Amino acid sequence: MEQILKTAFPFLVYVVGLTVVFGIVMGVVAYTVLAERKVLGWIQGRIGPNRVGPWGMFQPFADLLKFIFKEDLVPDKSTKFIYFLAPLVAVTCAMMPMAIYPFGPTITTIDWSFLPFGLGEGIRALPLIVARIDVGLLYVLGITSVGVYGIALAGWSSNNKYSLMGGLRSSAQMISYELAMGASILGVVMLAGTLDLGGIIEAQSRSPWWSRWYIIPQFIGFIVFLIAAFAETNRVPFDLPEAETELVAGFHTEYSALKFALFFMAEYINMFTVSVMCTTLFLGGWYTPFVSYVFPVGSIGYALASFILFMAKVCAFLFFYIWVRGTLPRFRFDQLMNFGWKFLLPLALANVILTIVIVYFLNS
Amino acid sequence: MATTVLFFIFAGLAIGCALSTVYHRNPLYGAVSLVGVFVSLSCIYVTLAAPFIAAVQILIYAGAIMVLVIFVIMLLNLDEEKPYRRLNYLYALGGFLGIVLLAQTFFVFVAVNKTPKKTIVNPDETVGKTLSIGANMYTEYLLPVEIVGVLLLMAIIGGVILVRRLSQPELKLVVDNELELRNEADEKDDYRIAL
Repeated sequence: MEQILKTAFPFLVYVVGLTVVFGIVMGVVAYTVLAERKVLGWIQGRIGPNRVGPWGMFQPFADLLKFIFKEDLVPDKSTKFIYFLAPLVAVTCAMMPMAIYPFGPTITTIDWSFLPFGLGEGIRALPLIVARIDVGLLYVLGITSVGVYGIALAGWSSNNKYSLMGGLRSSAQMISYELAMGASILGVVMLAGTLDLGGIIEAQSRSPWWSRWYIIPQFIGFIVFLIAAFAETNRVPFDLPEAETELVAGFHTEYSALKFALFFMAEYINMFTVSVMCTTLFLGGWYTPFVSYVFPVGSIGYALASFILFMAKVCAFLFFYIWVRGTLPRFRFDQLMNFGWKFLLPLALANVILTIVIVYFLNS
Repeated sequence: MATTVLFFIFAGLAIGCALSTVYHRNPLYGAVSLVGVFVSLSCIYVTLAAPFIAAVQILIYAGAIMVLVIFVIMLLNLDEEKPYRRLNYLYALGGFLGIVLLAQTFFVFVAVNKTPKKTIVNPDETVGKTLSIGANMYTEYLLPVEIVGVLLLMAIIGGVILVRRLSQPELKLVVDNELELRNEADEKDDYRIAL
């Protein structure tokens, strides 16, 4: 029994870590939906939902119940297997980057000998990241590329011309802006020297004072990444696939009830993922310059303060998403493609070349 | 032990998806199964401690190349291939040729095992150079090279057969069917939506 526990302990740690992260992500997503409706309401001069609880706090649960109890329609002539597969692909690809979110620094001051069966011996650190992959950034970009399938297959399998066109347009938009997103990250990778998200944060904490947060040397990259992120997650002003004629909902027209809820959830989890990437790459992730003067590095207080500041930065980006939704009109499809290929991609590449030149002269 | 189990799981998945790719008549199912093959291969790369190759495999193959293929299938609106009933005798021919292929593979395997495998170059100074790649290709890694040769031959011949020009009476049949389908569509409302 003790032997089984000892061999299974690392896996148990991962399982517990993933469950906690899953809980955090689901909570954030549920309350982002509520926050969107409230903030959009305030921008538009009205109050959002306020019936279900104080300030509409329990609205997400009401939404979930509504989605579960709706009638589940399946179009008759659709390709059934792909019709059921598409929302699964979308939500799986949205949730996969969960494993590498860098929530906070490593806690090194806990004494682990309180664990039974001697499990705690030899453990010195509790990292607040579930998995530190060497190629974390490539992993996230790859998963985003595969997420395009969810939308393309949904559009095709609905056996509906509007869905097909919406799905194809959305896929075209996503693969165009993926390039700009990848190119805008290259400058950060060059400055940090690693593709690992935790490594990028540590590189930011070790930089000279003017590049503690990479937004300062890489502000062009930041702007390009932010715009490309709006396009990747199909949010306004790039949400043509979802509100194409305002009557037909694009690729998820024929989806009802829980399958639509999966697409909806996938969109908000994508928003959260992109906000986490943005704070990690450009705003220093959990690192904020003056926290280490208040709490000693590696203590629980430092980790907690860093975590709270990290979530504050992520929520600031989510608020920015909602703010832009309430403010800007929508792009037309040809304007969208022009903007992605003829303006953003060359700008991101120019940023890379500029970074190369400056890093070369700084190092020599 | 764990890596062996994982290898068999992912290899089984890859082979299953590959069989599914060539089995389905609907080209979209084949394309989605091919994505499954690439994802399984990427998992095998992870078990071989090559995370970069795994990530790049997903990024390029599953994320870019297959998206292109799926776009083409969707935009061209390819229908399912109806099985040709006049080609039934080809099943027997195909079976016979499959046995010939197996015999050929067995011969390649036996011949490679008989080849003397001595390294004739100094590995320290020639790593990465063409000389060392060539030397290793024909001594230590001879079996994969020969099998890849057979596979490429199969792929080329298969491609040529699939797009062969039909003889005159068959061509007329195909063109007549197509025209009938198109005229039928003209009688109903035919929407053309520009992308």
